Amino acid sequence: MTVIQTPTGDNELLGQAVATRKISRLERFLGPDNYRVMQGLLKTPASVIGSLLILFFIIVALAAPVLAPPLNPNDPYKIPRDGFKAQPKAPGEEWKVRPPKVPFWYKAITGNDKWVHLFGTSQGQYDIYYGVIWGTRTAFKTGLIVVFSTVLLGVLVGAVSAYYGGLVDNILMRIVDVLYVLPGLMATLILAAVLTPVIGRSLLPAMISLIAFGWLGYARIIRGDILSVKERDYVMAARVIGVQDSRILMRHIIPNAIFPTLVLASLGIGDVVLSFAALSFLGIGAEVGYADWGQVLSFARNWIISLNTYWYIIVFPGITLVLFVLSWNLVGDALRDVLDPRLRGKI
Amino acid sequence: MTTYIIRRLLLVPFLLFGVSVLIFMMLQFLSPVERVALYTRDVPKNDNMIPGLIKRYCLDCPIHVQYWNWLVGTHDPISGERKGGILFGDFGWSKTTSQPVVKLIERRFPNTLDLTLWAVGPVILVGIWMGVQAAVHHNGLIDQAARIFSIVGTSFPTFVFGLLVLMIFYANLQWFPPGRLTDIYTRVVAQPSFHHYTSLLTIDALLNGRFDVFLDALRHMFLPILTLSYISWATFLRVTRGSMLETLRQEYVTTARAKGLPERDVIYKHARPNAMLPVVTLAGLTVVGLMGGVIITETVFDYPGIGAAAAQASVQLDVITVLGFAMFNGLILIVANLVVDVLYAFVDPRVRLS
Repeated sequence: MTVIQTPTGDNELLGQAVATRKISRLERFLGPDNYRVMQGLLKTPASVIGSLLILFFIIVALAAPVLAPPLNPNDPYKIPRDGFKAQPKAPGEEWKVRPPKVPFWYKAITGNDKWVHLFGTSQGQYDIYYGVIWGTRTAFKTGLIVVFSTVLLGVLVGAVSAYYGGLVDNILMRIVDVLYVLPGLMATLILAAVLTPVIGRSLLPAMISLIAFGWLGYARIIRGDILSVKERDYVMAARVIGVQDSRILMRHIIPNAIFPTLVLASLGIGDVVLSFAALSFLGIGAEVGYADWGQVLSFARNWIISLNTYWYIIVFPGITLVLFVLSWNLVGDALRDVLDPRLRGKI
Repeated sequence: MTTYIIRRLLLVPFLLFGVSVLIFMMLQFLSPVERVALYTRDVPKNDNMIPGLIKRYCLDCPIHVQYWNWLVGTHDPISGERKGGILFGDFGWSKTTSQPVVKLIERRFPNTLDLTLWAVGPVILVGIWMGVQAAVHHNGLIDQAARIFSIVGTSFPTFVFGLLVLMIFYANLQWFPPGRLTDIYTRVVAQPSFHHYTSLLTIDALLNGRFDVFLDALRHMFLPILTLSYISWATFLRVTRGSMLETLRQEYVTTARAKGLPERDVIYKHARPNAMLPVVTLAGLTVVGLMGGVIITETVFDYPGIGAAAAQASVQLDVITVLGFAMFNGLILIVANLVVDVLYAFVDPRVRLS
């Protein structure tokens, strides 16, 4: 005779079979997906180093007036010059002609109350240290504006193209095809050269051309993302109850389609700053003497034979630029791994 | 297969039209007077001549008339000869270098081609080799090293890398100078006894039996090739590694292993050929990119290719020259991309059969 066991209500057996896990308050707050992404980022040493570097650059940019006091507070992006001689000066040489105010930390650390050229000067006696510090601000400024505009434009075009489909999609995507023919740097260089006489020498021509040719990739990716989200049931449901097209697009489709793209795109700042520096290295960009890494580096072009003596005119701004781009790439690379659905659960 | 190629071919005229419209639109940023250089080298000497020139070349006509004139040129009312017309290969007059833009391209393009010829091998083969090694030693020491190398590689701006190697190998060690040739050899090449068979300097030097010229040219190209390789390796490594990892997970690879094939054969005979498909596209794009002139590398190393010429013209705001280069570049890229796509269809059976 079998004994029928009545359920006792204790889940001991279940508890043994399925490992229970404590869910922390943070995880509950962020949601499982975002929590996983955050954990993935914190576990990769590369992305931790990258984030710390980014933090460092943000601090430098914010503290620029303290780290390198400008000569004229109304025009801080102009690199102050120590005379006009062509020959670069080595790091540590004293600042003779019209030195800027010495900041308080400098006296405390060095005990010296004479301002020296910490990283030396380049051709024309532009102070390299000043250019590097204020160049950080230029980098963030141009990078943020360009990334924001390209992403916005890319999302807009990609979304409209994918949502309406048909003729609209065809026309927009053919425009993208045509703009894609010329390689990135060539295209931006050309447009910047065309725009400079019209707008005048400033950061604008280079920024506009980076935006004009930068959104293409995002438009294609977002279009693909949206095409897959568009067929989901909740979009159909919204359409059935008569929600407006623009509202479906903005409220239902875009938020669900583009989160990963947006995050990755925002890390594209490194690449934007790199292209921007390349343009100003070639001589397209702000006027001579503007605090901008590419420009500071371009001074080295006339001293190539004697770079063994004047190594500092490329090493300091060069390493700064490399570290800046590297920091964004480190975080971006880790994030790409975490977000990649094929790798999910393996990290 | 045939439909694929036909469809791909139909795209070419469309792209050519699109790019020409794009460039024509950029030309409209210039004032009509500046656009005179599209048709003639006569720069108006005084203000009285300007209205006449504008009228003669129809520079204030409706936009579609101007576009047509730009494509096929106009006829000089007095002499009757054709002026301008990009379809006939006339891209206008380059102010800054005082020669027709086409002449400038003709002189510079062989140098770029020469550099491409020598750079392709190291760029592609070494990049692929590194990618395969990284994938085979997945998550091992080599893979980690490759990963760091590739992140640092993509973060290193070309011009910073270029300036650093110039500092080390030129300023300090004096091994590899920038430029095209040492002065003595420039004179040798300029002599009438030196025949220019192909206008590719290294090949011509070999054909003329001048090994000293050949070696000198290579010595000057070493640093540009090193720089190009370094920046492309990162991409090749990443793509090859990803594709190879994907392929190694396929069932036919497991089958090959189960049959008891040696690991060497599994990797190099079974997995690698199939993993090469995405790499083929990348390789094609890289070669096309190199041929279009590598702006930064050529500029840093003072190498007289079309990339450096385009950069120079842009900095001097010589828009006519710059846009001439852009049109030429667009032409090369469209045709070369077509070739790459068609070749790819031959390589990949999935495209061939669909």
